Amino acid sequence: MAKLRQCAIYGKGGIGKSTTTQNLVAALAESGKKVMIVGCDPKADSTRLILHSKAQTSVMQLAAEAGSVEDLELEDVMNIGFGGIKCVESGGPEPGVGCAGRGVITAINFLEEEGAYDEALDFVFYDVLGDVVCGGFAMPIRENKAQEIYIVCSGEMMAMYAANNIAKGIVKYANSGGVRLAGLICNSRNTDREDELIMALAARLGTTMIHFVPRHNAVQHAEIRRMTVIEYDPTHSQADEYRALANKIVNNTKFVIPTPIEMEQLEELLMEFGIMEVEDTSIIGKTAAELAAEAVAA
Amino acid sequence: MQAAENIKTCFPLFRDDDYKGMIAKKRELFEEISPKDKIDEVFNWTTTQEYQDLNFKREALTINPAKQCQPLGSALCSLGFHKTLVYIHGSQGCIAYFRTYFNRHFKEPIAIIADSMTEDAAVFGGQKNIHEGLANAKALYGAEMIAMSTTCIAEVIGDDLNAFIGNARKEGHVPEDFPIPFAHTPSFVGSHVTGWDNMEEGILRYFTLNTMEGKVVGSNGKINIVPGFETYLGNYRVIKRYMKEMGVDYTMLSDPEEVLDTPADGEFRMYAGGTTQDEVKDAPNAHNTFLIQPLGLAKTSKFVESTWNHEVPKLNIPMGVEWTDEFLMKVSEVSGKPIPASLQLERGRLVDMMTDSHAWLHGKKMAVYGDPDFTMGMVKLMMEFGIEPTHVVCNNGSKKWAKAMTALLASSPYGANGKPYPGADLWHLRSLCFTDKPDFLIGNSYGKYIQRDTFHKGAEFEVPLIRIGFPIFDRHHLHRQTTLGYEGAMQVLTTLTNAVLELLDDKTRGMGTTDYNHDLVR
Repeated sequence: MAKLRQCAIYGKGGIGKSTTTQNLVAALAESGKKVMIVGCDPKADSTRLILHSKAQTSVMQLAAEAGSVEDLELEDVMNIGFGGIKCVESGGPEPGVGCAGRGVITAINFLEEEGAYDEALDFVFYDVLGDVVCGGFAMPIRENKAQEIYIVCSGEMMAMYAANNIAKGIVKYANSGGVRLAGLICNSRNTDREDELIMALAARLGTTMIHFVPRHNAVQHAEIRRMTVIEYDPTHSQADEYRALANKIVNNTKFVIPTPIEMEQLEELLMEFGIMEVEDTSIIGKTAAELAAEAVAA
Repeated sequence: MQAAENIKTCFPLFRDDDYKGMIAKKRELFEEISPKDKIDEVFNWTTTQEYQDLNFKREALTINPAKQCQPLGSALCSLGFHKTLVYIHGSQGCIAYFRTYFNRHFKEPIAIIADSMTEDAAVFGGQKNIHEGLANAKALYGAEMIAMSTTCIAEVIGDDLNAFIGNARKEGHVPEDFPIPFAHTPSFVGSHVTGWDNMEEGILRYFTLNTMEGKVVGSNGKINIVPGFETYLGNYRVIKRYMKEMGVDYTMLSDPEEVLDTPADGEFRMYAGGTTQDEVKDAPNAHNTFLIQPLGLAKTSKFVESTWNHEVPKLNIPMGVEWTDEFLMKVSEVSGKPIPASLQLERGRLVDMMTDSHAWLHGKKMAVYGDPDFTMGMVKLMMEFGIEPTHVVCNNGSKKWAKAMTALLASSPYGANGKPYPGADLWHLRSLCFTDKPDFLIGNSYGKYIQRDTFHKGAEFEVPLIRIGFPIFDRHHLHRQTTLGYEGAMQVLTTLTNAVLELLDDKTRGMGTTDYNHDLVR
């Protein structure tokens, strides 16, 4: 048996991490891989397409009901979905209270102690909330956990800004351990020259765009039915895109310590692709009256 | 009034009329205290079955839990290693608590350092504290190893010790090869028992995980002994004596016996005794590893079994005759050394003592509270002595503990009225002591409040506390005693029997009323 590969998926909130992860994982399962998804997001929506459920009951939710996480058993928190995929959601507090990061740490510790990472598994995917906002959300990339990180992004400024920030986070852990950036996954927004832009960003970060996932309504059609495209319409061309992504990940060997870029460089890149307009620095900090006076003088 | 020529301590000083007046005025003017009959009414209500039923429905509150937090356990574990500095990543207050807790129990100075996390560390992460802390600790305290664990603050913000220590080495704050084993010990998970287990596993892992090549089980001819969270110094000593008498070479994997019992000879010893690094590195070569407190050592057990390939014997804590027999027979089997006559003699003496005292202990009802393995051992002992265990409270006891305890109680007719209470606290136990009164209560110092409360209801309701456990703050030197092995059973038997006899004397000294039974010979 091949060694268990643990992968973490990061990216800006709303970029399509959970949808991409679940379609990707469904494709892996379809090809016979044994996979587990660990949702690391208080919203607990990382497994719904696999389980056909609204939101899986999370470890933290169950722990709160039972009184403590020590009272839980593995089978309480783990559900099996499409293709035998094992699903766990860490869960967390409602917005505005408590500490979601700690929820991730607690849930992953629990899974380790209860032997969830059994030898039959080929892959574990961590679907992690938007940004690496605190130590808790870096839990999946600590030593002996996820060694490969994939960043989902698309050709828009904030998504690329987030991808660069995540790369900065990875560097911190990569220097002392084995965690590596494994590639960018472009989840298309149908913007102009999107693939070229993400490839350019990937090159600056020292990695590659591992796959360009085109935008297609089939994903939404499947999602309404709480299914992945792989399950809903396996003959669809979009299903083949996810299969291609899965295949690339299976064969991926390019794991790097990323080289994040400065804000100015990122802006230059965006300007080059016409996503950001060239900034007129002469107007900064000037009132309307001052600008009018200047115009008159000119 | 206090006078220089006759200094009184707070008791009896505050019973003087002037102080009594002052305290009464303070209550009346500032404390808005309820009338005495109302206080009495509420007090009496808290002693009823009705209150107990409500008390056991309590969900969101623990009162007097009879457990401590993980870093206290990790600290005790680390103290047992040679020239090892206990380093806790957290704020000053937590670490002050660990020091004072051990100071008060062992009456010894306890060296534990903190890296003083403050507000900014909570926001930016504690890496800077670890870098500076390690550099300072290494420079100042002459340690040969630093054992690091964590408190709540570091755990909530997700500080990663492995990465931070690795970075500290890379940036030159500590030398690359200086040993810094570590364990994550969030205070809000498990108890001091879990913390001990986590730190032990961290230390064993650090020194052996990557050097297993060439290790052969049994090649050093020794056995390993893992004590677990053990605060009776006599217990370390009795195990060592047994091994010596059997001629069995052993490694105690955490041995704080000396550092917690240093002499007053003018020299301060920050470090004394303890398991050496070489002993830990060599430990996988032993025949096998014995866990003295198996219920509290799950993580260590797993590591020893999977990494060292030891088939850890499934034994109970060696308390009482049968479980000590089983322990020694297993040691004999593993080491190939017979059990010597000296130990057979000691066993025979214990059995003789048990028969001598049996008439006094038979049918006495005793409640007990404490750690999972301790309560198992005490209940086993009690039933061997003919005592009937009643309420068995273990705040850090799991379902697994409750199952084991139920089976143990079912193994003897003396256990028929015993019941395990996993997760219960001392406020639950207080209710039980009112509604189903045991003759005695066995546990740490905190039980004295139950004794006071039951006495307040009336002398006939009083449940006297027998102090066996941890912590014992209000009696001296009990931590030097023994509870394990035949020797431990002898000491516990002596303590329990004399508690029964003292209480009987107390009740039969009424001149002309009860003193017909105030006998010279018991």
